[in-house]
Amino acid sequence: MWDYTDQVKDHFLKPRNVGELKGANAIGETGSLNCGDALRLYLKVNKNERIMDASFMTFGCASAVASSSALTEIIKGMTLDEAAKITNDDISDYLGGLPKEKMHCSVMGQSALKKAIANFRGVQILSKPGQIVCECFDVTDLEIIDAVKANGLETTEDVTNYLKAGGGCGQCLDRIEEVLESVKAKG
Amino acid sequence: MKIVYTDNNATTKVADEVIEEMLPYFGELYGNPSSMHTFGDQVGKKVKEARQRVADFINADPDEIVFTSCGTESDNAAINAALIAFPEKKHIITSNVEHPAINNLYQHLKKTKGYEVTFVPVDKKGLLDLDLLYKSMSDNTAIVSLMWANNETGVLFPIEEIAKKTREKGILFHTDAVQAAGKIPIDVKKAGVDMLSLSGHKIHAPKGIGVLYVKKGFKFSPLLIGGHQEKGRRGGTENTVSIIGLGKACELAKENLPIMNTEVRGLRDYLQTGLLEKIPGSSVNGDLEQRLPNTLYIGFDAVEGESILLLLDREGICASSGSACTSGSLDPSHVLMAMKVPFKSAHGSIRFSLSHYNTKEEMDIIITTLVPVIQKLRDMSPFWKDGKMV
Repeated sequence: MWDYTDQVKDHFLKPRNVGELKGANAIGETGSLNCGDALRLYLKVNKNERIMDASFMTFGCASAVASSSALTEIIKGMTLDEAAKITNDDISDYLGGLPKEKMHCSVMGQSALKKAIANFRGVQILSKPGQIVCECFDVTDLEIIDAVKANGLETTEDVTNYLKAGGGCGQCLDRIEEVLESVKAKG
Repeated sequence: MKIVYTDNNATTKVADEVIEEMLPYFGELYGNPSSMHTFGDQVGKKVKEARQRVADFINADPDEIVFTSCGTESDNAAINAALIAFPEKKHIITSNVEHPAINNLYQHLKKTKGYEVTFVPVDKKGLLDLDLLYKSMSDNTAIVSLMWANNETGVLFPIEEIAKKTREKGILFHTDAVQAAGKIPIDVKKAGVDMLSLSGHKIHAPKGIGVLYVKKGFKFSPLLIGGHQEKGRRGGTENTVSIIGLGKACELAKENLPIMNTEVRGLRDYLQTGLLEKIPGSSVNGDLEQRLPNTLYIGFDAVEGESILLLLDREGICASSGSACTSGSLDPSHVLMAMKVPFKSAHGSIRFSLSHYNTKEEMDIIITTLVPVIQKLRDMSPFWKDGKMV
């Protein structure tokens, strides 16, 4: 069994802010049924761009539910500018850490939040920049480079734990290795 | 908290009778069965008795029984011996739903030794594509290895029928019967297999003991090279205590076999019907007929397996999941993927595997616990609304 912290267990067993949010004016969705986890984040934002309320609906494992619950607790009361600075590490830290194989659950939280903010501001997130490396989980080379730099990832396994890339059919593992090498080469 | 143990395809309770049988050999009866003196030989006699009991269980001759450390070792030893016996043959066959003991071994042989491997596919019900299996057999095939029963779905492969074909074509046939043993009758003579793997801890013996049946006449080369033990087919001092325990477990398994097919099957069907009736959006994985009597692998739409297992665990219910999140990889089980089970229920598939120790009361506990657990997770799921998938 996974070594979950008490905070993860608590947020999984008693998730905060579950369900659709009445009067929500921003929604961010990430993940899919095929991936095995998905999060829909609802925000109610006032005219000063302050998050007055947040809720979520999540399909996924205990750490996906806990990450979603933690995210809503973290961002309530923040302005969108403040919320935009929230990273997956903030979510993970709030929960006292996640098993490394489950880091992608916190990344999912960060991604849904970004999308919700863009949704409120009317910014359309067009197709992602960069080239798709992992077809199974729709991850680009630029996303991998960002994650490697931000989190000091060293192996393809690290990349899979954070982004899920390479965790499906595994055909892109060599390509992920190349991306990793290129980041290392550039220092 | 009372534990409801329904994960018997993972491992089983060591039977009280088995523990009792083993105890003296942990203590004062510690002799080496190979020794010349009477003190060691009394253990040797007991090991001989155990070998006879195992042989009786599968209708083999005692000389055809090789004790190993586990099912995985038995599988490795079987394939190793086949490849040594036919060094010129470079093709091996298995299915795409095997246990990692065979699947990863075949992958390894492909990658490091250049073997050509055929992974015969299964259909949506988990049944083997026999046409493709037979067509892929050739003069270059060193061995066919197929599981008798699938560990996840419990789906059975027609071992006897396949053995007829391999015999016709003069190809060695090994079956991993780890999950089948103790649940359906196993008769190696009737089945006509050349080698067969068993594991002790799936039939109420301890962990760390396995068996490889090797048909008389096959020139078997050992995987573990060492002393003369097991007639030179497996070096290393015998795990006497566990061998003795396994002997007793086989005797009990033979006695309990009718119960498996009546009472245990009845409990499994009761659980299956109850869950299907009370939980909409649920479906059974695998063929309903060609299936072990103790196994129920059931998928719940729009929820995820790890979450289900953790909530069941809080109520003392032990089961397994084919979910990605419980395995370390991110895709659902390779068995469900091979069967092309839709993602909507694959991630939320839970395996209940029963034994004769289970009761109807326990099945009721599972049903009454699982209904609100699935509801709670569906209330949280973005893919479920107003009683159906969205």
